[in-house]
Amino acid sequence: MELALSDVRGHSLDLNGIGHAFGATVALDEINLTVAAGELIALLGPSGCGKTTMLQIIAGFLRPSKGEVRFDGARVEHIPANRRRIGMVFQNYALFPHLTVFENVAYGLRARKTAKPEVTAKVEQMLGLAQMAAFARRLPGELSGGQQQRVALARALAIDPGLVLLDEPFSALDKNLRLDMQIEIKSLLKTFGVTSIIVTHDQEEALSMADRIVVLNKGRIEQIDSPDALYDRPASLFISSFIGHTNLLRGTVTEADRVLLDAGPEIDLGRSAQRRRGTPVTISVRPENIAFGAERPGAIPVTIRATVPLGAVSVTEGVTTSGEAVKISQARAAGIAKAQVGEIAWLAISDTSRVSIFSTPVDDFSKHQQRSV
Amino acid sequence: MTPAGTSASRQLLPVVPLAALFLAAFVLPLAALVLVSLFRDPEFSGLSLVQYLRFLSDPFSLKVLSDTLWLGAEVALATLILAYPLALVYVASGQFVRTLITFLIMLPLLTSTVVRTFAWIVILGRDGIINSAMLSLGFWQAPARLLYSWEGMVLALTQIQLPLMALPVINSLLRLDSNLTRAAEGLGASRARIFFTVVLPLTLPGAIAGWLLVFAAAATAFITQTLVGGGRIILMPSYIYQQAVGVQDWPFSAALSLIFTLAVTGVVFAIGALSRRYLRGVDAA
Repeated sequence: MELALSDVRGHSLDLNGIGHAFGATVALDEINLTVAAGELIALLGPSGCGKTTMLQIIAGFLRPSKGEVRFDGARVEHIPANRRRIGMVFQNYALFPHLTVFENVAYGLRARKTAKPEVTAKVEQMLGLAQMAAFARRLPGELSGGQQQRVALARALAIDPGLVLLDEPFSALDKNLRLDMQIEIKSLLKTFGVTSIIVTHDQEEALSMADRIVVLNKGRIEQIDSPDALYDRPASLFISSFIGHTNLLRGTVTEADRVLLDAGPEIDLGRSAQRRRGTPVTISVRPENIAFGAERPGAIPVTIRATVPLGAVSVTEGVTTSGEAVKISQARAAGIAKAQVGEIAWLAISDTSRVSIFSTPVDDFSKHQQRSV
Repeated sequence: MTPAGTSASRQLLPVVPLAALFLAAFVLPLAALVLVSLFRDPEFSGLSLVQYLRFLSDPFSLKVLSDTLWLGAEVALATLILAYPLALVYVASGQFVRTLITFLIMLPLLTSTVVRTFAWIVILGRDGIINSAMLSLGFWQAPARLLYSWEGMVLALTQIQLPLMALPVINSLLRLDSNLTRAAEGLGASRARIFFTVVLPLTLPGAIAGWLLVFAAAATAFITQTLVGGGRIILMPSYIYQQAVGVQDWPFSAALSLIFTLAVTGVVFAIGALSRRYLRGVDAA
């Protein structure tokens, strides 16, 4: 057999210098990624960032223009998709509508010419794990979205894949069901110890599922990090506004560790800005890292525009004298005075060590500014 | 009249001309046909079911009917086998090739059946293109009988009716979710397995629609059957023509017409009902 892949559950995956172009359009450029066996990785990025192309290259539906794909260290670019031992879960689940749940899950085993008793045993085991045993005789059209997804995952896992690829797996589900399914599927994947890659444009999905998140933008990897690190220490302005909510404030470096904000005050970063004096910069401050304070040097004056209660927290939005919108997120505890719309309030950054600082891009600052509003 | 009744009759007003035409040109002649078929003899003396009994007890007539239905089935199967590769190429192609294929499929539909049939006579004839080529190349010693043969007729009808099959098959292949074939491929299925377990079952409604269209068109193709099949092969359309115009036996030819119509529509309905019964989870085309 041409396939020299080990039977140990969960391949390790290496992408070395992957590049891909569709005609003149570069979809992926210089992608380097190492995924350990059993790891759960999310490929996160806006639509058109190249994440689907990357998934198709890993699955074997697309041969990269350049670079290497390695499973457990062995190159696989020449191995077609139907011999890569990969489980795929598609956005619309892609269950075969004319086959029953049982036959769907059995499909991969039968394609591999597995003996009949083994097929039955394996399918029953998978349906049991996915809590779908009672639905074995149903057609996919008779199932709810969450049930279809369980079947899709059971079908993907039935072939004992070395790698499971999930393409926007939760986007077709109701918001209420989504978190439940994310937890359920994460635990199933972890039980199996299978290496998994989830492609998504939904940052919450990536944050809740993945051990590490790969952020893609315009065909390049912007950052690979754990969900917490990505949130606390974004490597770029793009990531700081793509992951979670943030406030972007323009300013200029005045001293090694101080930035004069366009919004008024000069703030002490408590560390080096690592930029020359006079450099225009953008600082990113998370809404929960800003609090209402007293009028004193370093406080940022804003005019309150709106207050929105969001269950556990309430979010207030103000506008600085320089016209930048700032969101302040507060735990909704008793005794906190509600800011009145139209009032002037003074804001203080709670922890300057959690402020990120970026050079202001010349061209797309206004775009980020619009996003944060 | 109630207001609702008024609006309902107003709504039906635009279909009145078509309904009138349908009544005058289809329902009334059909009723006349039924009436004529019930006469005892060509002199129209007295009513009876004797024409139908004559058909059912005559082995020759029954053979003509079964040959005709078999011809339709054979041609429909041949177009089906040719249409799938064509449709698969179409779906896998870029815009330019798709336009080209569409043009080539539509082209025969834009020429008259008579013209297409005569083209086949030129190709299949005793001094036709195939015979003269094979003779001059020395492959054949004597001209083969291609025209006025069953095989020649099936061949010509297959080409002539192919668009009726290709269009619905292409249509249902285009509507097939490409993620389904990808899913099958990812699960380890070979190309052939993907075709027979996913593509074919899910495009069957289109294939059945095409099969029924070609079946009905080929079984009733009087011109092509007569010109390419020649006088030796007697099928229902030419049999009816012969009884009506040649023998002047109008009651018998009317009975033949009705039996043939019932047989063709019977096959169409039977296959339609069977496919609805057995195609689970597949959208009807």
